[in-house]
Amino acid sequence: MKKHTYLVLGLLGFAALLTSCGNGNQGKGSSGALNSSNAEKVYVAPGEHDEFYAFMSGGYSGNLTVYGLPSGRMFKEIPVFSQFATSGYGYSEETKPMLNTSFGFVPWDDSHHPDISQTNGELDGRWIFINGNNTPRIARISLTTFETEEIIEVPNSAGNHSSSFITENTEYVVAGTRFSVPVPQADMPIKEYKGNFKGALSFISVDPEHGHMDIKFQILMPGFNYDLSHPGRGKSHGWFFFTTYNTEEANSLLEVNASQNDKDFIAAINWKKIEEYVNNGGGTKMPANYAHNVYDEHTHTATSVMRKEVLTVDPTKIPGAVFFLPTPKSPHGCDVDPSGEYIIGNGKLSADLTVHSFDKMIAAIEGKKFDGEAYGIPILKFEDVLAGTVKSGGLGPLHTEFDGEGNAYTTFFISSEVVMWKLGTWEVIDRKPTYYSVGHLMIPGGNSRKPFGKYVVAMNKITKDRYLPTGPELEHSAQLYDISGDKMELIYDFPTHGEPHYAAGIPAELLAPKSQKIYKLAENKHPYATLSPADARVVRDGKDVHIYMSTIRSHFTPDNIEGVKVGDKVYFHITNQEQDFDVPHGFAVIGANTSELLVMPGQTKTIIWEPKQVGVWPFYCTDFCSALHQEMQGYVRVSPADSNLELSWSLGE
Amino acid sequence: MKNASIIMIIGPLFLLGLFAFPLWNIMLGAPQYPEPLGMNIHISGIEGVSEFDLQNIDGLNHYIGMKTIPKSGEMWEFDIFPKVIIGMVVLGVLIGLLGFFGKVDFKWFLGWFLLMSVLGVLGMYDFNEWLTDYGSNLDPHAIIKVTNADGTPMTYKPPLLGYQKMLNFDVTSLPSIGAYMMFIGMSLTLLASYLGWKGKRLRVKQLSKKTVAA
Repeated sequence: MKKHTYLVLGLLGFAALLTSCGNGNQGKGSSGALNSSNAEKVYVAPGEHDEFYAFMSGGYSGNLTVYGLPSGRMFKEIPVFSQFATSGYGYSEETKPMLNTSFGFVPWDDSHHPDISQTNGELDGRWIFINGNNTPRIARISLTTFETEEIIEVPNSAGNHSSSFITENTEYVVAGTRFSVPVPQADMPIKEYKGNFKGALSFISVDPEHGHMDIKFQILMPGFNYDLSHPGRGKSHGWFFFTTYNTEEANSLLEVNASQNDKDFIAAINWKKIEEYVNNGGGTKMPANYAHNVYDEHTHTATSVMRKEVLTVDPTKIPGAVFFLPTPKSPHGCDVDPSGEYIIGNGKLSADLTVHSFDKMIAAIEGKKFDGEAYGIPILKFEDVLAGTVKSGGLGPLHTEFDGEGNAYTTFFISSEVVMWKLGTWEVIDRKPTYYSVGHLMIPGGNSRKPFGKYVVAMNKITKDRYLPTGPELEHSAQLYDISGDKMELIYDFPTHGEPHYAAGIPAELLAPKSQKIYKLAENKHPYATLSPADARVVRDGKDVHIYMSTIRSHFTPDNIEGVKVGDKVYFHITNQEQDFDVPHGFAVIGANTSELLVMPGQTKTIIWEPKQVGVWPFYCTDFCSALHQEMQGYVRVSPADSNLELSWSLGE
Repeated sequence: MKNASIIMIIGPLFLLGLFAFPLWNIMLGAPQYPEPLGMNIHISGIEGVSEFDLQNIDGLNHYIGMKTIPKSGEMWEFDIFPKVIIGMVVLGVLIGLLGFFGKVDFKWFLGWFLLMSVLGVLGMYDFNEWLTDYGSNLDPHAIIKVTNADGTPMTYKPPLLGYQKMLNFDVTSLPSIGAYMMFIGMSLTLLASYLGWKGKRLRVKQLSKKTVAA
């Protein structure tokens, strides 16, 4: 009997072995040896650093996430357009003004296309820009502090999608509108869209020293949808290219009505010519109302100013400034190769890519070979500007990036793949599936004169079964391909936060050495800073109570406060005295109708607490700062509104 | 004697390096400090290796009740040491010059070397006394009190020379550029003494030969 049991168990074991072997081989095309070499390619040993930073837009998270490549490890989420309770961004008194707009406080946005600043067409790693799509805004983020420093609202725009791409010396960050709207806004029938709505393309100048943004001019274009854009570079520097769809100017059921024209346009904008025109006094100043929010690293405080005027330009008044290049099938991505010669229109309803030639475009303009006009803007002949067509065999091309070695890589949403093809010959070299339905892709520096063509990251829209399931809502998935060889090789797969639309990558060596470690307390110019624990105090100003509080491992000064009354508005101004790397202190107080604060060394942050109940209420440090972190706590005594108790505060008494 | 005197003039000048470079260096690394904290001990005061190192060392030391690292005005040594060094440099150069003009012999060179050695040993003794006080004269209300296996309170005297593990910290204490320059300078004066002695012996021999010949 016993023998039998063993035999049965043994057979069961053998069967299990067979089954597991079968499973192991199913659906995995690559051999074990290949997998292990791929593992080596993405393995960053403990304590080692990644080769590249990848900044991925958060999409509907409104923020920007920082990853390492090739490991796919996420390092940070940088709050940009959305409130971020983790650090208090958008909750603290200092950062609330960052989210101010002409619509008031807008605590969220849809962030899309990050782009790193450039000098001479190469990444310089000073700043990264990103657009807010829903309430049109452009943000500038410092790449030394990795914090959002500035947000400018874009007036006359709606669906700020063909943004935020920069010219090759960061002269401008460009923001185009996806939705055309009445300019200025007006109460009018929606049906009167056609011929009346306008599409504003905004050129926002960037101060070369501080990066401060200012809307230099807005081009008021016909009421199409300006979908994506990219700058000319090298010989085409001075031009900017925008894809359009809905040249039909439909205002309803666009799915059908905006897909009727066989060709839409790529708008070629000679911005140098327009810049010259406005520098010579051209353009029309138009009343406007838009917010310009600037964060000061020394006061640790943002200020919001409403700007009341914008300079608009009618493109038909500047001969030679704007042309339309017919491009088939509602083009989406609009990408320019590193040489600046080829402008690629990714016709999203097509199987093919249309590549225009910059040289041919110039020749056609000089030869005045026009094929009619649209709202006074000359249309060039398709055949005259066409460099070639990539017969891809895929479906739904969206975006193209370049490796700097004469190859281009295009994502295909519908056929869910990345196709590698050769510039000039237009032949397809390789294609690899993505999981699933890829949107953007990114090669570090792939949108510059000097790409670092080692990896391409595909950012997918659909995740399905790629990871362990987490209920109906999943993070998006990304795939990493090694493109250092002749063909692409899928080497890694990792989830990404929010919905990354586009991303920008840069070699780590360009950023890591200048990443800031602390804020110097000696440079803290916050009006409510507590520069030394000796300066800690509590000051009453009517119903407002200002608590100047300092933190150092591991206590608050003061930590006992009395004399606060129900109905007071208590400002906790917390200054972190630490000057040591990676020693933040947090602050939270019971019943605060806001977030915590996470205060970096040398920084001051403020939250408001409005005590509603009499009692003795604790506050504490939320960041595990030292072995005595649990002791880092204090009490505020709240007395009735009519109490005569004077303010008092202490530490260690 | 001329060569010996020139070396005797140069040797003490190396001590001037102590005004530009630290005498000693103590580095403190820990799991939480992959980039170690460090202090450079100059003859005129203690400086952090990085901008905020002293503040951060003090911040950590307050847990175990150590006093803060003394500022320049808080220790008499930082007033006296520079004066002593300047005095010794002037004296050494003067002796060298006098030797050059034949006013003094190698014994003065050796004398300077021995005096400097005695002062150096006294300096090290004083430094060690301070380290002992710094590491063991602890605040009785310290937050963290650690006892040794035998029940005595743990002290935190950094090593005078070499490596020691102190709680989570790896402490390394080594001479720095200023000390090496002082070592070179003192060696040169010893060399000058030797050359002076050898030269004199040679002259005595030659003199006695001449006497014999005469």
